[in-house]
Amino acid sequence: MGILEVKDVNKRFGGLQALGDVNLSIAENSVHAIIGPNGAGKSTLLNCLVGKLIPDTGSVMFDGQSVLGRTPFQINQMGISRVFQTPEIFGDLSVMENMMIPCFAKRDGSFRMHAIENMLNEQDIVEKAERMLIDMNMIDKRDMHAASMSRGDKRRLEIGMCLAQEPRLLLLDEPTAGMARADTNNTIDLLKQIKDERDITIAIIEHDMHVVFSLAERITVLAQGTPLVEDLPENIKGHPKVREAYLGEAA
Amino acid sequence: MLGLNKHDRTLLIIVAILTMCAPFILNPFPTDSGMAQFNAGYPDLMQRFVIFGIFAIGFNILFGLTGYLSFGHAAFLGVGSYSAVWMFKLLSMNVIPAILLAMIISGLFAVLIGYVSLRRSGIYFSILTLAFAQMSFNLAYSVLTPITNGETGLQLTLDDPRILGVSATADGGIPVTSLFGLEMRSTYEMAVGPWAFQFNAGYYLCALIMLASFYLSIRIFRSPFGMMLRAVKSNQTRLNYTGLNPRPYTLAAFVISGMYAGLAGGLMASMDPLAGAERMQWTASGEVVLMSILGGAGTLIGPVLGAGFIKYFENIFSKINDTVLHNWFAFLPDGLEDAVVFIIHPFIGKGWHLTLGILFMLVVIFLPGGLVEGGQRIRRLFSKKPADDGKPAATKPAE
Repeated sequence: MGILEVKDVNKRFGGLQALGDVNLSIAENSVHAIIGPNGAGKSTLLNCLVGKLIPDTGSVMFDGQSVLGRTPFQINQMGISRVFQTPEIFGDLSVMENMMIPCFAKRDGSFRMHAIENMLNEQDIVEKAERMLIDMNMIDKRDMHAASMSRGDKRRLEIGMCLAQEPRLLLLDEPTAGMARADTNNTIDLLKQIKDERDITIAIIEHDMHVVFSLAERITVLAQGTPLVEDLPENIKGHPKVREAYLGEAA
Repeated sequence: MLGLNKHDRTLLIIVAILTMCAPFILNPFPTDSGMAQFNAGYPDLMQRFVIFGIFAIGFNILFGLTGYLSFGHAAFLGVGSYSAVWMFKLLSMNVIPAILLAMIISGLFAVLIGYVSLRRSGIYFSILTLAFAQMSFNLAYSVLTPITNGETGLQLTLDDPRILGVSATADGGIPVTSLFGLEMRSTYEMAVGPWAFQFNAGYYLCALIMLASFYLSIRIFRSPFGMMLRAVKSNQTRLNYTGLNPRPYTLAAFVISGMYAGLAGGLMASMDPLAGAERMQWTASGEVVLMSILGGAGTLIGPVLGAGFIKYFENIFSKINDTVLHNWFAFLPDGLEDAVVFIIHPFIGKGWHLTLGILFMLVVIFLPGGLVEGGQRIRRLFSKKPADDGKPAATKPAE
């Protein structure tokens, strides 16, 4: 049993079968990549995992509990954090505040009325957020306006915010899309470091094969909404079906 | 002290000094001088300054922090006033139970309206709140006449029960509102040379409550809850995917700001015990939006400044008429005098809205951060100069 079990998931948008009988199992503490050509249904699948979309049929179980019918914040509180293709951070807030919010979410749950509490009395949150910033190598940007940072730093902050919640499963949606090579390599190093240092399962959707083959321990290839193959990275590279899916699109 | 940092404490102290000394500050001109009509230091207007200050502070907790623009906040003001007047009719002329009931009832109203309206955001939220407020206005105006007394407005009468008080005073009049016997209308007049300063019990009650409200709003702004509200404004997607539910946060902010409005409405009725439906009209809702934006939405002091500014214009500018203008420009040759008065005429008296509108446009275009940003710019201008003449810097509080 993997930490995440997807069974017979179907999703239709009008006449388009976006996902057809998807079965997927992600083992605990592994790095699992989902790749596939454009329109293969990768993002649809991801959205079904986090509660943004509800599959027409099938089941999605996380750690033995169904996530279907739960809202994104409830699923997040179960232990699934998501990094977006375009970094989603609180642009109007400082970097430190960005980091404190997930710390509050982890400690207090989805809502707590702390309207006249003084921030100075929240020393545990402040310390945790500072520790995370140090881990992310961003402590020097502590008081910066989050929106004014570079794309790479925003990504780093977003990943840090997800980690501050101590999730059991981290979902990454094309984490290096639109990044320069140097930023891409930094992100790969960061993810490797996270994987080595923490008990965490990482599922990553990616286009960039360089990223996929540097990180993934297992790869699922998705094409036209259906998984084609699931195997170790070294077996995926030369797999005829995979070549067909990619080259067929390219030709 | 008080759980505030140095900057906020200074701000609170400045506001405290300003409100406590308002009878002096707002009365700079001797009573019989030509400038006396610019004096704003009379009880009625001073009460309005602070009451609308409370209204705007509360509105800013919703609009400034979460970015949800409510166009129906006057409904809570009206509900507060009606509740307070009913308390005067049924219970006693003491203002405390009236104010408490006003806050409770408007809070309940806010839960109801907020629960429905907050299902949408942006323009849809604004329209929903506007619709609710107009519904309340129309109900108060017609269908609910037994409760609101329709067009006439709810007033005190001699045969009200007032179970803890008296229906009529010994000399057959309607009793006046009071705080444990201290009449709200009682005013002490102090004459200093040609000046006359008025100290009104009602004003000081309102001012103290305003200070408490202001203090509470600073605490909310600086609390984790305030940070969450700013996060709602900044990025709701991230908030959802960080395991936080935006709905209760926004609803809490909505209810808090609705209760502030109810408090303001209750105080209005406490100063002058009548309530009319027009207090709930959309123009009244729009006014508080103007106050917040004019002063600086999302800043602490901005809404208070905006409220003071608009109320000053409403009461002082609207009183300038052509006769006054002719007096001012009497030194000009006759033809020129008439021409100048003719040009200025549309901007004064009943035309004060025009002046306010132009000012509002100028502020929004050139000072998007409102009067507070203006203050900060002035301060920066001075602080750029060498340190030896840096003294005017502290005159206007930033934020």
